[in-house]
Amino acid sequence: MPEFKLKVNNRQVKVDVESDTPLLWVLRDTLGLTGTKYGCGEGICGSCTVHINGKAERSCSIMIKDAAGKSITTIEGLAENPDNPIFRSWIELEVSQCGYCQPGQIMSLAALLKEKPKPTETEINDAMSGILCRCGTYHRIRKAIEKIVEEGK
Amino acid sequence: MKKYTRREFVKVVGISGSGLFLAAYVPAHGFLTKPGDEPKIFAPSVYLKIDSNGIVTITVHRSEMGQGVQTSLPMMVAEELECRWEDIRIEQADGDPRFGHQSTGGSQSIRRTFEPFRIAGATAKEMLLSAAAIKWGIEIKDCKAENGFVFNKLNDKKISYGELVEEAAKLPVPANVKLKDPKDYKIIGKRVHRLDTKPKIYGAAKFGIDVVLPGMLYASVSRCPTIGGKVKTFNGDKAKEIKGVIDVVEIPQGVAVIADTTWNSFKGKNALSIEWDFGPNVDIDTDAIRKNMVLHLEEDGSEIENRGNLNFDAPDLITIDAIYEVPFLAHAPLEPMNCIATVKNGKAELWAPSQNPQGARTEVAKALGFKEEDVVIHVTLIGGAFGRRLISDWAVEAALISKATGKSIKLTWTREDDMKHSTFRPASMHKVKGSVDKSGKLVNFYHHVIAESITAQRFNRNIPVKDADIGEGTRRLAYQFPNLKITGTIVPTHVPVSWYRSVYNTQNPFVVESFIDELAYEAKRDPFEFRRDLLPEDSRLRNVLIEAANKSNWFSKLPEGKGRGIACFEGYGSFCAEVIEVSVIQTNEIIIEKVTAVIDCGTVINPDTVEAQLEGAIVFALTAALKGEITIRDGGVVEKNYDDYQLLTYSETPVIECHIISNFEKVGGVGEVGIGACAPALCNAIFAASGKRVHKLPVKLI
Ligand code: FES
Ligand code: FES
Repeated sequence: MPEFKLKVNNRQVKVDVESDTPLLWVLRDTLGLTGTKYGCGEGICGSCTVHINGKAERSCSIMIKDAAGKSITTIEGLAENPDNPIFRSWIELEVSQCGYCQPGQIMSLAALLKEKPKPTETEINDAMSGILCRCGTYHRIRKAIEKIVEEGK
Repeated sequence: MKKYTRREFVKVVGISGSGLFLAAYVPAHGFLTKPGDEPKIFAPSVYLKIDSNGIVTITVHRSEMGQGVQTSLPMMVAEELECRWEDIRIEQADGDPRFGHQSTGGSQSIRRTFEPFRIAGATAKEMLLSAAAIKWGIEIKDCKAENGFVFNKLNDKKISYGELVEEAAKLPVPANVKLKDPKDYKIIGKRVHRLDTKPKIYGAAKFGIDVVLPGMLYASVSRCPTIGGKVKTFNGDKAKEIKGVIDVVEIPQGVAVIADTTWNSFKGKNALSIEWDFGPNVDIDTDAIRKNMVLHLEEDGSEIENRGNLNFDAPDLITIDAIYEVPFLAHAPLEPMNCIATVKNGKAELWAPSQNPQGARTEVAKALGFKEEDVVIHVTLIGGAFGRRLISDWAVEAALISKATGKSIKLTWTREDDMKHSTFRPASMHKVKGSVDKSGKLVNFYHHVIAESITAQRFNRNIPVKDADIGEGTRRLAYQFPNLKITGTIVPTHVPVSWYRSVYNTQNPFVVESFIDELAYEAKRDPFEFRRDLLPEDSRLRNVLIEAANKSNWFSKLPEGKGRGIACFEGYGSFCAEVIEVSVIQTNEIIIEKVTAVIDCGTVINPDTVEAQLEGAIVFALTAALKGEITIRDGGVVEKNYDDYQLLTYSETPVIECHIISNFEKVGGVGEVGIGACAPALCNAIFAASGKRVHKLPVKLI
């Protein structure tokens, strides 16, 4: 089987998987990083969002051969710094319900805020509207984002 | 948060050996786990353990699927126990009849645990007090429990709970302990942070789909695309050629591919060649189901309720009628169905994201031909359920695959499996007819509901329409209609149906509250006042309705193209009213500006969770009203994924303002209460904004 090298949460890893394996399943099944979730497998729900070279991407739609050599950050990597204002406001406003979509929500927002610490409403809508939440936590996500942006000013 | 797994729990007990166990038993009558089966006598058994370090472990026997039971149930114990909140740990119970009623549905978790969980806390506190009194040689009345300590009121000495457990465990369990006066509550009614938040947002929480067992393999199943179809023949050679595919086995539900990763099992599944026996339902489609329902519209239906004397021929009445209609819906939780199973040597152990672990145990045992004692169901965190996980089809599949292969396996449904092989919210059709008189008073109200009965279909029961589930949400309306008749017709559709968050309250209140709106306009009355005046003066429903009107500035003017709609709902022991404000722009695009919701659910445990549930229910109901539709064609489900079965998105979600009526009335349910009023409030707002009346969901304005 082909071997692929990539950096996951700042650590070099080598994986032996078929080249068409989506990054999502490499993270989950091969590397045991189950914080990244499977929701649709087709790039629709955003549950599987990770950072690839700093950008938010849907790991279900990227094959390992295209992720090789790149730097991946998953929710576990982001959580190495629990002081991240996203986590703090998520806790303060109790955003999470079942929690299943939340890693995707947080990763998507983290990428946006890194690029644009003071995003406009349109930029926030664009970044967040592709991450589905069946529990309906959007209203609190909005409040949490408003708080982070406000405090970051 | 440290969460003890069952094994660790047993270990901890074994090591410390001095844990105080306390079980609050109420005599059992029977352990009915099917929703809708209300046992006559409630039989919960709650375990509470305090170890010598003062750690209080509470076994939560309701499933955590986002509604916060892993926090709210411990809050009730902690309130009476007077322990420190930081000392609380939770353990998720396995599916077992010793926990009494254990199916998480019907917005019942708090209602069913409010008494026994507080009693458990109070009983333990009582025993710790006694233990301290004995130790100090003083009377109980000179002892006081607070913050995990017992204080000696005479000399201000204190001793921790942990130090008392050994002594306390030797004491008899007192009966009839006194519970706190609600005005003394310190935890109940407070905004307490959820215990499950951090692991969930850090990506550390383990949902069913995240469970990994040593040596586990991954499975995926190909099922017949038609309802009731099965495998005729299959060939797994191509699948087996795929790297990582280990085995292909047939189970009654289809053909399973076992592989070294989830992805390889999906690949293998796609490579299967299967000839299906499409079964008896190939001709079923949405149109045929509709046509059959339409036939029943002309009939009267069987009586569900009759008050006064319906008379549409009385003079000077304005009478209108309408036909309402809603489609099949899928629960579509974000975490697809999955289950981990190890079936070996006549024993089965499953890790299941189940709302109904006792039911899963029974069904798995039956499918395997095992005794129930030989099946263990561990309940995992659940990534959304909404009723779908009351059904255990996926657990049965996992068990059968493990049995067939002799391996531990994790079965994962693809999203497409989840959409196509869900069990659906029944479609329904409704005929309504009503009259108002010249003075604007409602005189006649008639509602004929035509739908499949979930209970009749799932349990193969012949239920008289009068008592059937299809009348839920239109039976015993609080409105004081002088003449009312509710009738029903149960129509079998062959489409597998099940309980979906708030069940028939997703459809009947939509019809009732929309049609009352129509009648209010016929009567030239304000829709809020029209409703209010139909409700008894002292009714809690009337109260939330008035509050919703107040909080939403109901009477303030809105510009052209905007409108407000109101609706109210009573159910699950609670009351809710919602006002929705929308804009309808020329292209018929609907923008939901704001939702104001008022709930009276009696005594509140955690207001933050109540609000969250209300917000979630509103988004859930708006999703269904605006987008939800499952289509049946050629005997199967057309929709495949979230692109053709869409959910409301972040940017489409309105501002939601929740208000809780504060009182110490009997605890009511919450999880489903926000649904009933939402679709009608939305559609009434659309009418107010555009003059277009919505009679069919999902909303399609033309
Ligand atoms: S699982 Fe990747 S977008 Fe849904
Ligand atoms: S919190 Fe449950 S899906 Fe978003």
